[in-house]
This record gives sequence, structure tokens and C-alpha cells, in this order.
Amino acid sequence: MYFLKRLVFTIPLMLVISFLAFGLMHLAPGGPFDKERAPASPEIKRALEAKFHLNEPVWKQYLRYLGLLWERTPEGNWRRVDGGLIAGDFGPSMRYRNHSANDLIGQGLPASLTLGALSFCFALGFGLPLGFVTAVRKGHWPEYAGSLLALLVICVPALVIGPILVIVFAIKWRWFPVALWCSPWHAVLPTLTLGLYFVGRIARLMREGMLTILHAEFITSARAKGLSETAVLLKHGFRLAVLPVVSYSGPLLADLLTGSFVVENIFQIPGVGVFLVNSTLNRDYPMVVGLVVLYAALLLLLNLVVDFAYGLLDPRVKYE
Amino acid sequence: MKTSASALREKPGALRRFWNAEHGPGTAEWMPTGQRRFFLLPRSTPRIPGCLAFPFLAAALLLAGCVRSGPPADLVIINGAEPESLDPGLLTGQADGRVALELFEGLTRYDPTNAAPIPGLAESWDISPDGRVYTFHLRPNAVWSSGEPITARDFVYSWLRVLNPGTASEYAGVLFYLKNGEEYCSGHIRDASQVGVKAVDDRTLRVELKNPTPFFLDLCAYVTLRVVPRQAIEKYGDRWLMTRPVPCSGAYELVAWRVNDRIRLRKNPRYWDAKHTLSEIVDLLPCASANTALNLYETGAADVVWDKNLVPGELLDILLKRPDFHSFSCLGTYFIRFNVTRKPFDDARVRKAFALAIDKKRIVEKITRGGEQIASGYTPRGIPGYDTPEGLGYEPETARKLLAEAGFPGGKGFPSFQYLCDTTSRLHEQIAVELQDMWQGELGVHVEIRKLEWKTYLRAQGDLDYDLCRSSWIGDYIDANTFLDMFMSNNGNNRAGWKNPRYDELIREANAQLDRIKRRNLLRQAEILLVREEAPIVPLYYYAGLMYYRDSEIRGIFPNVLDVHPLQGIYKISSRSSAQRPRSELFAARAQSEFSVHNGQRTTNH
Repeated sequence: MYFLKRLVFTIPLMLVISFLAFGLMHLAPGGPFDKERAPASPEIKRALEAKFHLNEPVWKQYLRYLGLLWERTPEGNWRRVDGGLIAGDFGPSMRYRNHSANDLIGQGLPASLTLGALSFCFALGFGLPLGFVTAVRKGHWPEYAGSLLALLVICVPALVIGPILVIVFAIKWRWFPVALWCSPWHAVLPTLTLGLYFVGRIARLMREGMLTILHAEFITSARAKGLSETAVLLKHGFRLAVLPVVSYSGPLLADLLTGSFVVENIFQIPGVGVFLVNSTLNRDYPMVVGLVVLYAALLLLLNLVVDFAYGLLDPRVKYE
Repeated sequence: MKTSASALREKPGALRRFWNAEHGPGTAEWMPTGQRRFFLLPRSTPRIPGCLAFPFLAAALLLAGCVRSGPPADLVIINGAEPESLDPGLLTGQADGRVALELFEGLTRYDPTNAAPIPGLAESWDISPDGRVYTFHLRPNAVWSSGEPITARDFVYSWLRVLNPGTASEYAGVLFYLKNGEEYCSGHIRDASQVGVKAVDDRTLRVELKNPTPFFLDLCAYVTLRVVPRQAIEKYGDRWLMTRPVPCSGAYELVAWRVNDRIRLRKNPRYWDAKHTLSEIVDLLPCASANTALNLYETGAADVVWDKNLVPGELLDILLKRPDFHSFSCLGTYFIRFNVTRKPFDDARVRKAFALAIDKKRIVEKITRGGEQIASGYTPRGIPGYDTPEGLGYEPETARKLLAEAGFPGGKGFPSFQYLCDTTSRLHEQIAVELQDMWQGELGVHVEIRKLEWKTYLRAQGDLDYDLCRSSWIGDYIDANTFLDMFMSNNGNNRAGWKNPRYDELIREANAQLDRIKRRNLLRQAEILLVREEAPIVPLYYYAGLMYYRDSEIRGIFPNVLDVHPLQGIYKISSRSSAQRPRSELFAARAQSEFSVHNGQRTTNH
């Protein structure tokens, strides 16, 4: 019931988000058809704006974008405009004129989803053990080595890690391709570049969680009951210690799945991350709003999943 | 691996079975008493749960998400930015044009050696004595890649489509030379049959022009005037290039177009000149980063990089010395606009003082460094039959004198003003700083640099919301008019607020002129007005085209001023036998001989 309520609540929230994105984009100076060379006559520009309805007031454009605009047909009947967000149509791209926003997102999303999911798995797969080890082996060399590693990958941004990985593994040793996206082999370096930072973040969250838990009373009582260290750390410790990671991984996953501008640029990956930045620069209104809506939907959904997972992991959390 | 991976997705219990199959039963964590230990952990701690499964989940995802089919390409070219469109009627970008030129052919096409127009789908043409009526004779063997013949009606449709206001083609201006072209495009004439393009019969196209336009054959090769398939466009609308197969009229057909991934072209076997197409499959990769482009080229993933924006500026000094780096002059000018509607730049003496204080050599030697030539006039060199007049050089003495005459001796009392540049490239800012230094040093005036993001910059430029502004222009065809007509009073590309009736008159007169020498002189007079007497602009340097490819491997690429390189004659030596090779070397000679056959009535340049 609680989750149903939250799900219903996302609809007005999405409306607000799309309205803000739409309004802010239209407030930005310059438009999609301001180019280095002007059309040969002002009529061409007018025709262009008429074609994409940019000559209408912004509220009308917004309603048209949502698909909640009714227009009078030549026969005199009122008819809803075609498409619109409610029909799942993000509209035509104003920069890539042979494509609709749906085409572009549809083409880019698989690559971004794959890369995002891989990086997420990589981040969890290495971050969790790293954090766990550094907490459990506190005061020994694994802790120092692990913490140093985690700190290092947090501090060095992808913008630096990417080219370094390329120079070492792709150009010097030729183990992996330098860029492009055509085989699993091509995904290795981008995954590392995108995921390394999050390995560090997750390791630190996990370590913090584990350290706190190790001193908790219920762990002491579990030990007092005579449980094996395995059972203490895993059955009782890990479940709670992982909670900060769980709440972090919702937005993290949404972030990773919608692509990364930097990594997609370095490795020339056909994802949606580059569009998120470039469409804004190009004032490609439908693309920007489409991507914002998509990102918001993903974020809200994943946060919901996170809250659900909380209920499963932490017996103290109950949703009414 | 593949079957296990797909099993993972389908059955919930499969993960465990998969693990056990790979590593033997009892090794995984969900077996409560494991035998193996994680080497970093003390004996008392257990192994890590589920985590170990993540890499496998990742592998499964990877196999599902990453698919590429088809044979490797014979030639891989890094083409520049992702094309906004491949529709000849709609596209505006240079990288877009390079692809569309391969897919769609015009009445004429470009000679790869010098970018002069040579017969394309029209095998010959007649020009009326007054230079206003062109009659093109189409090739009998011209067919779409779908097998249908390409007729004169296809050309009429393609050109009227560009002019139709409903198409909203940004480059419709190149067809304003047709009789009633502008009027139809602006909606003053609704009847398309009044536009000066008619199909006399299937193979004869009659074109009527407003003025004798000496560069009209050049325009016929221009991408906007190329022929597009009517049926596909009427059926699918703006998304016609997303369908397969796209009927193509050029040397190549479109196999695949994935945004930001690649464009794959395959030889069009039905192209009238298909026997001279030397590479079967060509991949054109978009690339956003100059470093990535260089990396791909260096590791052999790409054979050619042919976009001047894809040369990392930091490495220019090293790259320039390499034999596989090619720099050549092309039709492009980097210049400064003055906003002549603002004081004190409404005074020609001030503008000239600013121009004379610039040491252009410093800019090309210190900043651009790619083999650019300093610009004296506005029109780049290399246009046959035109010699660019000398503009204002570096004369700081004269500059100071002029500024004093205008009422600002030693820069005293000069109002504060700004130099506008955009943030698309660091180059613009570097040039701005250099100029700032020169004007401060020579004239004693201080300029503030105002950096704006691209679209904001363009809007500011268009609205004349600037004092001085960095600008650039790339020529569309090989004639001075492509540079000069933009500064006519009512031209949308003027953007300097400069209105000069004498200039307008000179350009208009030149374009109505049949005599080539007289025309050249008129254009020169106009340009002298533009760069020497009135100076609403200061040309800084001419662009250089930059490419890398290895001469020992790639043949058929020639430097030319339009920076167009028809793919048809380009091939990689290793992928071709020597018997198939001769064309590119002979191309110029062959094109010449073809010309001499039809050249009887050619009145124009080259």
C-alpha cells in the first residue's frame, strides 16, 4: 500500500520535473536554430520555427509536449495533438532532424545501460569485499592497502583515469581497444574508468558500516551466544552494515545507467550520456526534457526499490 | 559461456548451477561450510557472499548488450562530428555533407583533385548565350540503387522540396539563384511551376536563373542541390533515412547509421560509374574527441582522420613533422567583426586602427600552428580567376595616427569595450588574449574578453549585442561570391550592422555580369571596400585543412580548397590488387577529357 502510494505520487512529481526542465531550457538564450550561418531569408527561419512550433507561447508548447493540447481541425472538430509525453513520445529532435528523440534515446540507451550495469556490478563486486576486508582486518596491512586504494580511486577523476588506462592498456600493451563499442572486449576499459570511483565510494561506505556494526551491542550478544565468527559477521553484521551501500546504490545505479558524458566521450561510446550534455548545449529541447524525464523516472523508481530493500534487510524498518 | 549466460537470465536457480558447473559444487558461499578461503581474510571470517557472482552477471549483460554484425570495412574513416542529418536538403554540417555527397549525386560532382565540377548525373549541358538558361542532359544509365531510373522530374522534385517553406531547409538560399526561387521559398509565389526548374522530358532538365551565375555548375555539385528519392520521402517523411534500404543516387548506399557509433556505406552497384568505385565497404566513424581520434588512428582502428577539428592542439607541433600529417589551404577565413552600430566602432578610422595594430603572424605562428596562412583580404586564395586584394597589414604607426585622428590619441578616453568569443575551442580564447595584448600594447586601449557558450554567442552575434566578435566563414563553392555576398546590407549573415549601398551595388552588378574579367574587377572593388576602406571586418587567417593518413597505405585523397574528398577513388593499398588501382592517378586526366567533349558551350570559370 505504501509503495502504491509512492508510485502514484511520482506522477505529479514527474510533471513538475518536466515542467521545470522545459521552462528552464526555454529560458536559456539562443535556440536550436541559431547557427553560425543564418538562413538566406527570414522566412526560412520562420518556417523552421513554425515547423517545430517554436513560434507558439511556451505554455502551449509545453502542453503540446505533454500531448494535452486540443486543436481545432479544419473541419471544426477538437482533436488532441498527436503524440506527446503521455503517449510515450518525446517528440522530434531539433538537432538531429532525421531522428526523433525516441530514436536517439532508443539507440543510445542499450549502450549506456550495459556500461552502467557493468560498472555497477564492478563497483559492488570489488567495493563490498574491499570495504569488508578493510573493516574486519583493521590494524593490519589489508586495511592500509585497501583504504589507500579506495582513497586513490576516489581522488582521481575519470577524466584522468580514462586516458591513463588507454595509454597503458590500449596503446602501450595493446590488450584492449582504445575506443568504440563493438565487442565485450571494448567494454573493459570504459567499465573500469566509470566504475573505479564507485569502487572506492562503496568500499568506504561498507567499511564505515561494518566498523559501526562491529561495536554494536547485538554483535557482542551474538558472540556471547557462542555463534561462530562467520555467522556473526555475515548473518548479523553484513546485513546491517550494507545498508548505507544499499541506499547509496539507488541513485548510483540511476546515475550509471543514464550514461556518463566523460567516459562516453573518451571511448566514443554511443550512449545517452553525451546527449545529456550536448542536447543542452544545442538547445535540443525535446531531447533535454526527454532525458531529464527518463533520468527522473529511473531515479524515483530505484529509490523505491532501495526503500523496499531496506524493509527486507533491516528488521527494524516497517512500511505502513 | 553464452548458453550459461542466457540461462542465468531465464531461471532463478541457474546462477547456482552455473557457478557449480564452472567451479565444482561446494565452493560457493551459499554452501555453508566452504573449504576455500579468501586469502586476505583471517581464518575466522567467512568468504564474501554474492559479490563473486557480480562479474558473471556483468559478463551476461555484456553479451546481451554488445552486438556488432557484418564484415570488417575496407576503409575506416574518422569523419568528425556526428551528422545532424544525412538529408541533402536539410543538413548544414560539414561532416554531414561529406557523407551525403557519397549517397546522393547531383547534376555535377566534384573532381577529387581540385573540387571543380565535373559531369555527374548530367552527362552534358548547354548554356544559353546570356548565361541564364542551362539545359542539362541526364545520363541514360542513371538509376537509383533500387533500380528505378533517375529522371529530370526527380531533380525538379528535389529542388522544389528544398525551396518549399514546409521543408524548412536552412540552406535553401543556394537555390535563390533560380528564377522565382526566393519568391517561392518566401511564400510570395505559391505556384511551384513558376520556379525556374523544369523537366522537359525524362532526361532533359531546363534551369532558368535570375542572373548569369558563373558558379552555377559548382552549385550543382553542392550537397543541397543533390537528387533525393521522392517515393521514400513522401512515404516516410522526415524519418526516411531511418528506413532500409534508402534509394541512393551516389556511389555508395547507406547500410547502417547508428548515432555516435558509425555509418556504414556499401558500394552502390547500380551507380552509373560503379566500375570506378574502389572500396566496397566504408565505415565513417563520428568522433567527439581529438585525442580519441588520434588514438584510433594510431592503433590502426581507423585509416584516415579527415576533420580539422580532430587534431589535438597540444600535439600539433609534433604532428606537423610527421609524414602522415597533411595540411592544405582551404576556403575558410577566421576574422573579427566590428559592431558598426556602436560607438566608437561606427568610425572607420577606429576600425582601421584596430586592424592595423594586429600582427597576424603572431597568431598563426604562436597559436594556430597548423599551417594556416595569414589573411590579408577576406576571400581565401585558391579561387581560379580571382585574386584577393590586399587588405590592411601590420602598421602600428599608422594605427596610432588613425586612432588619434578619431579623437583617441594614445587610446586616451577610449570607452571600455568587449571582445566576444565562444567557448567551443580554447583557440578562440587564446587568440582573444593575443589580440588584447596587441591592442593594449600598440594602441593603449584595454579590451575585456567576454566568453559565451556557443548558442548564446550566436544569439548575441545575431542580435548585434557585442562590440567586437570573433567569427569565421567556410566557403560553399569556389567563387568569391560565397564570401562577399554575405556582407550585403540585408544579408542575414552580415551580423556587423554594416550597410553600404555601394558595396551592395558592386556585388549585384558583378553577379549580373557575363564578362569574367569585368566581374572579377567588380568583386575586387567590393572586397577592397570591405577589408581596406571601410573595414567592418578584420580577416586574421585562412583555415588550413588538416588530415592524417599514411601515403604508403591510402590512395586517392587529394588536398583541395573545398576540403571535399569523394570516397569513390579512395582505397587502401593492402585491400586492393594493383590491377584495380589506376583510377585515382588518372582521374584528373580522364575528367579533363570528358570535359573537352562537352566543353563547347561552357562559359564559366576553371
